[in-house]
Amino acid sequence: MSKRTVDLELATPGLDAQGRPARIPLTVAGGEVERQHEPTLDGEHMLMNIGPQHPATHGVLRLVVELDGETVVRVIPHLGYLHSGFEKLGEYRHYNQIIPLTDRTDYLSPMANNVGFALAAEALMGIEITPRCKVLRLIACEMSRIISHMVWLGTTSIDLGAFTPFLWAFQERERIYNLQEMWTGARLTTSVTRVGGMMADIPDQFVDGLRRFTETYPKTLHEIDRVLTRNAVWVGRTQGVGVMTADEAINYALSGPMLRASGVPYDVRKDRPYLDYETYDFDVPVGEHGDVYDRYLVRLEECHQSNRILMQALDRLPDGPVNVSDPRVILPAKSRAMNDMEAMIYHFKQVMEGVKAPVGEAYAGIENPKGELGNYLVSDGTAKPVRWRIRPPSFINLAALPKMAEGHLLSDLIAINASVDIVMGEVDR
Amino acid sequence: MKRVLETKEVAGQSPNYLLAKVQDLIDWAVNSSRANSLWPMPFGTACCAIEFMATAASRYDFARFGMERQAFSPRQADVLICAGRLPFKLAPVIRRIYDQMPQPKWVISMGACASSGGIFDNYAMVQGIDTIVPVDVYVPGCPPRPEGLLYGVLLLHKKIKGESLFDRAPRREEQPLDERGLRLPPEQINEISEPFGNSIHQFRSA
Amino acid sequence: MNSSVEALRATFGSAIGRAIESCGDTIVYIDPAKLPEVMRWLRDTPEQHYDYLVDVTAVEYRDRERPLEVVYNLRSLARRTDLRIKVELDPQGDLTLDSVVPLWRGADWLEREVYDMFGITFRGHPDLRRILMWDTYAEGYPLRKDFPLRGRFSRAEQVRQALAANPEAHYSMEELSIAQAYDELPPDMQERLRRGERAKIPYSE
Repeated sequence: MSKRTVDLELATPGLDAQGRPARIPLTVAGGEVERQHEPTLDGEHMLMNIGPQHPATHGVLRLVVELDGETVVRVIPHLGYLHSGFEKLGEYRHYNQIIPLTDRTDYLSPMANNVGFALAAEALMGIEITPRCKVLRLIACEMSRIISHMVWLGTTSIDLGAFTPFLWAFQERERIYNLQEMWTGARLTTSVTRVGGMMADIPDQFVDGLRRFTETYPKTLHEIDRVLTRNAVWVGRTQGVGVMTADEAINYALSGPMLRASGVPYDVRKDRPYLDYETYDFDVPVGEHGDVYDRYLVRLEECHQSNRILMQALDRLPDGPVNVSDPRVILPAKSRAMNDMEAMIYHFKQVMEGVKAPVGEAYAGIENPKGELGNYLVSDGTAKPVRWRIRPPSFINLAALPKMAEGHLLSDLIAINASVDIVMGEVDR
Repeated sequence: MKRVLETKEVAGQSPNYLLAKVQDLIDWAVNSSRANSLWPMPFGTACCAIEFMATAASRYDFARFGMERQAFSPRQADVLICAGRLPFKLAPVIRRIYDQMPQPKWVISMGACASSGGIFDNYAMVQGIDTIVPVDVYVPGCPPRPEGLLYGVLLLHKKIKGESLFDRAPRREEQPLDERGLRLPPEQINEISEPFGNSIHQFRSA
Repeated sequence: MNSSVEALRATFGSAIGRAIESCGDTIVYIDPAKLPEVMRWLRDTPEQHYDYLVDVTAVEYRDRERPLEVVYNLRSLARRTDLRIKVELDPQGDLTLDSVVPLWRGADWLEREVYDMFGITFRGHPDLRRILMWDTYAEGYPLRKDFPLRGRFSRAEQVRQALAANPEAHYSMEELSIAQAYDELPPDMQERLRRGERAKIPYSE
């Protein structure tokens, strides 16, 4: 029980002339050399602080680790170093003005966040989006999944000592960035959706560009697969590390690849389908052991599946309008707003007053790369939500870190922390 | 080098031509070495850190500008790049990291949030890191493109090359916090933290 | 309407308040006193089997007359059903509620966040401290409606307080290993700990 006995033991017998503990406590008693035992370090725990500014914490996470030798006894995460008050800001913004905020919560998959919020707002307002919009949003979601998993692969492989996959992964990201830039004008903070539609339709070369990407992207995945999956160092550092059983994973409310790696086949895209995911042909990879290695396999396979979904989406991309034809929700075209009185009034009302939502509340969960991203909106009938709650998947997944890291080595803690795939913007919001 | 400096001061007259040339040469040598081998300390917090990583990765590759080695320890760093928003909870951390860096040191504030608080004009966010540490280059953007960050780095190069070892006035001194525990007078902090632009009108809910 | 509502009414009677439907989700209001009981029943009854706690959050309305709501989103993974449980608390009264951490470990940080942002105390929570704001944050509970968007203090004061914080002092001795040696500590130190005094990293001196 008492863990700080060393000081006491040192302080009593073996002091030198200056009062410092003698290093070799040898005393002569009764003419015989009597050897006193050095104080044992058994049960002496060390406290170590990692972060908030540390390259292996994937942001500004701070971990206080209690170590017994090199074994982790306890991990105490400290959050809030990136708390930006998103939910408070959301209460002061119109629904469409919140969309730029959603980019910046999970900035590794901005487009999927835009879609998640737009789906919640549309559920609240009872808007049915157009078929073309559905497919475009699905493309946005799957592109986000790919770039998010690419960052995960890159940074995790750096954490575990492999630099090359980082460069490959970021090259693929740059290609997706080019497409995002072509579509939205921004590389990272896309703000691509609007309530009832999209910010813009895709440009002409987008489909060809994305098709070229889907054709060549699996090659990079196979290269990463060849470098890592059977790599002795990678396998040794990830297999059997940070195990969560299926029951524990459910009890901790894990979601996304973390939940599926533990063997629970739950994917929001399959089980609570949105954006017509049920009509696409794709598989949900499920792990077996719930360790870091399985999480890696699940994410790698999800990249392949996302690619599959993207190909199908490109094939079926229907023509037609992107936005719903409701002038109360969607801004009129600029030329009409300038020339047509009625369109101008709608434009004015929307910009000045915002889109009003009926009294009620809606929850929309989507399968984000990190897990289930929920947007919970409560409205009291005005143009600004009473409460905008993000169910942050990486926040909830991270809560299992102390459980997973217990009893592992310190170096495994880095691997486990990486495997959670956190993004601090979302954890702290 | 110290003797040269003293000579110049004791003389009290315009330094002679040869001495000035020697000083220029020394400045050129020192500043070029400093500017072209900056070791950045990436203080990446949010979205900008992703663009910072993209800048470090293969396509943009800021190793071309002498920043090959990223110093994740402030003790071996020259330039602090604050990439991302800075909440109040993180303020003492960046101040401590800045204090731990040895002179000469520079600070790049990357992105709108680090420079001014950006869209986060609320209870949690520092309205610009210049209320906490002195900043040399502000890179605008939300987030800035990698080209933007590289341009900011080049501007910093320019600034470094304009510094002189022999000029007393702009020499770099430590700027500790004052007795109030602030870097700037409170009125000035309040003034630069005032809402501006669109955010003035966004204080009412409903 | 979710079929669990009738089952809940049949089992708990008057502890179950009104049930409404909003945007396809069923919302059931329950008596705060019966919360742990109802939750355990929902989780452990085979026909209900709500084994997954999606989210815990709270809502305060702009209308000050309306009570504060604590919202639990439950899901049955096997049955693919969702149920939203709500508990109403009087904002003027005692904002205390029983914790559901004994049922779902995942509620740990979620309840801490609700405590941090709304000031609702959860009885029986193992480690109820602020999670996003720092421990000595003095301005209040940010997501309450009476909290101004830019905080209560001036910006200079906010900066001063933030810079005065010791970045090493954010954790308490209780949560560190000394907690296990608590009983062996001298009485004055126990008293200081009980008052919530925060310490620097042990061993740093």
